[in-house]
Amino acid sequence: MSTELNPTPVKSPASGGSPVHHPPKGVGEDNRIATQGRWAAWLLAPTVIALGIVIVYPIISAIVMSFQKDAGLDPATGLFTQGGSAGIQNYVNWLAQQCSAPGGGTVACPPGTLGGQFWSATATTFFFTVVTVALETVLGFWMAMIMARTFRGRSLVRAAVLVPWAIPTAVTAKLWFFIFAFEGIANKLFNTTILWTGSQWPAKWAVIIADVWKTTPFMALLILAGLQMIPAEVYEAAKVDGATAWQRFRLITLPLVKPALMVAVLFRTLDALRMFDLPYILTGGANNTTTLSILVINQIRQGFNSAAALSTITFIIIFLVAFIFVRFLGANVVEQSGATGKGKK
Amino acid sequence: MTTATADASALRARQDKGRRAAQNREKWAQGRTYLSAAIILLWCLAPAYWMVVTAFREVGFTYDTSILPTHVTLDNFNTAFDTSFGNRFGQALLNSVFIGVVVTAISLLIGVFAAYALARLNFRGKYLVLGFILGASMFPGVALITPLFQLFTNIGWMGTYQALIIPNISFVLPLTVYTMTSFFREMPWELEESARVDGCTQGQAFRKVIMPLAAPAIFTTAILAFISSWNEFLIASQLSSDATQPVTVAIANFAGAQPNQIPYTAIMAAGTIVTIPLVILVLVFQRKIVAGLTAGAVK
Repeated sequence: MSTELNPTPVKSPASGGSPVHHPPKGVGEDNRIATQGRWAAWLLAPTVIALGIVIVYPIISAIVMSFQKDAGLDPATGLFTQGGSAGIQNYVNWLAQQCSAPGGGTVACPPGTLGGQFWSATATTFFFTVVTVALETVLGFWMAMIMARTFRGRSLVRAAVLVPWAIPTAVTAKLWFFIFAFEGIANKLFNTTILWTGSQWPAKWAVIIADVWKTTPFMALLILAGLQMIPAEVYEAAKVDGATAWQRFRLITLPLVKPALMVAVLFRTLDALRMFDLPYILTGGANNTTTLSILVINQIRQGFNSAAALSTITFIIIFLVAFIFVRFLGANVVEQSGATGKGKK
Repeated sequence: MTTATADASALRARQDKGRRAAQNREKWAQGRTYLSAAIILLWCLAPAYWMVVTAFREVGFTYDTSILPTHVTLDNFNTAFDTSFGNRFGQALLNSVFIGVVVTAISLLIGVFAAYALARLNFRGKYLVLGFILGASMFPGVALITPLFQLFTNIGWMGTYQALIIPNISFVLPLTVYTMTSFFREMPWELEESARVDGCTQGQAFRKVIMPLAAPAIFTTAILAFISSWNEFLIASQLSSDATQPVTVAIANFAGAQPNQIPYTAIMAAGTIVTIPLVILVLVFQRKIVAGLTAGAVK
């Protein structure tokens, strides 16, 4: 992937640049765009159709399902009842934590049932998201700053950070399950006797630590890529002007790395909001580590339609968070990816 | 560093002193860098190392804390493949390879065209399509699983390979398109222009000039796609059967001889088997993989 051959003038790397290839404006321009548009339509069709089948169809069908009643035995009569339209009842049930009562109507879900866990699962999900993403951002930034320096063995460090990333999450969960076992290395190392996966806060921290271990490298690499787009001359100039290390970090590094950082944080946030594998395997969702995704999975076998309503709620929550990021925090993913700043590699 | 020639020797002395201080600071900073690098290495590698070491320990020494392997044995690897407790790890490995290869092949076959269009052509709605594909890659798996669970139950697909392959495409294909688009943007496309000047059609130029050049990019994307399919757990945990389950599910449900005794060493052995090929692959193609991972985010 050599870039030397490319005659496109090198844009100021941090500015992002413009789309790669503009045919010269002039005669035939409209014609050209029309031809390219036709080509593009053909080339994009398979992907768009495939994604339509595997994503759009399930979404629509989930939304349709979420407005249906779950078929099942009526607790009052003991007879099998067909589904039928439920209106927004499934949504109301989740949000108000109501379960259907014997003989019709609804009552507050008794503690311990799935229906009574919506808000605690939401709180857990957001707690995990905020804590893990914050820790990963700080640690990832630190790792990236180290990896951006020149020292012997730098490539070793860059290779090492890929190891946690490459290990499947299911294996990571089992690995940390072993580390956090009662007789495991974590307790021995710190000379503690904590029931890591068996009590409230330790279970939460076990999930957080395992997640941070697994995903900080990804964050670090994204931030590192952003750091490497900053030309060294900017730092040189600042040094000559007498800026301290802290000033250089705050006034040069932070603002210039911000676009890459925001994208990294957005990716990780959306990923953390759908966290499933790690708590599911590590703690089984016990001790208040049930995330929204785990709740949906547990609900599926008790009623499709109700699970569909919950998965739609989860989807909307994630969508809203993404929207807030892009709209208010300036994480412009599409423009970032559409631009072609040719940074130093 | 200033190298201005000053006449006054006092000034020179002061400059020397300043230079020495700067050198000291430099040494200090270098030392701190090495210390930090060591901490990063330890943090990233120690847990993974612990898995490998435990995999080689005798069951009776599961909780041994010595750093080097003691009571070394290969029994755990036999136990991992043992099917007498209902584990089907060997089968699961084959399943994961099969599912990963099919998903990767389909995604690349479809995605390469989309990536070409997104990287090369100017057309209306380009950013809309990019946004759609990006949104698709961040789509929560649970939102797909409920309708698919019902659909596959109704048409009798539960536990089949296609029930695992189709949902995997939903997140591997966007990743593929996205990564390849950023790779394609960096290629020397003027060779395509030259080919066209020499009389190739756009299709011929793509086949004869661009495809060979794009091979490394496609290969890297294939590795990333395969890894993400290999690591998938959520969908497989719900839609697979004992016969079709991938390794992630097999490891998560790994059972021991006694129900109340967790076979840690065998699980660590299974984890090592699942992880080592991946780690080797990633380390060999490290530069390309990092470029592929970060391509979408910064460029």
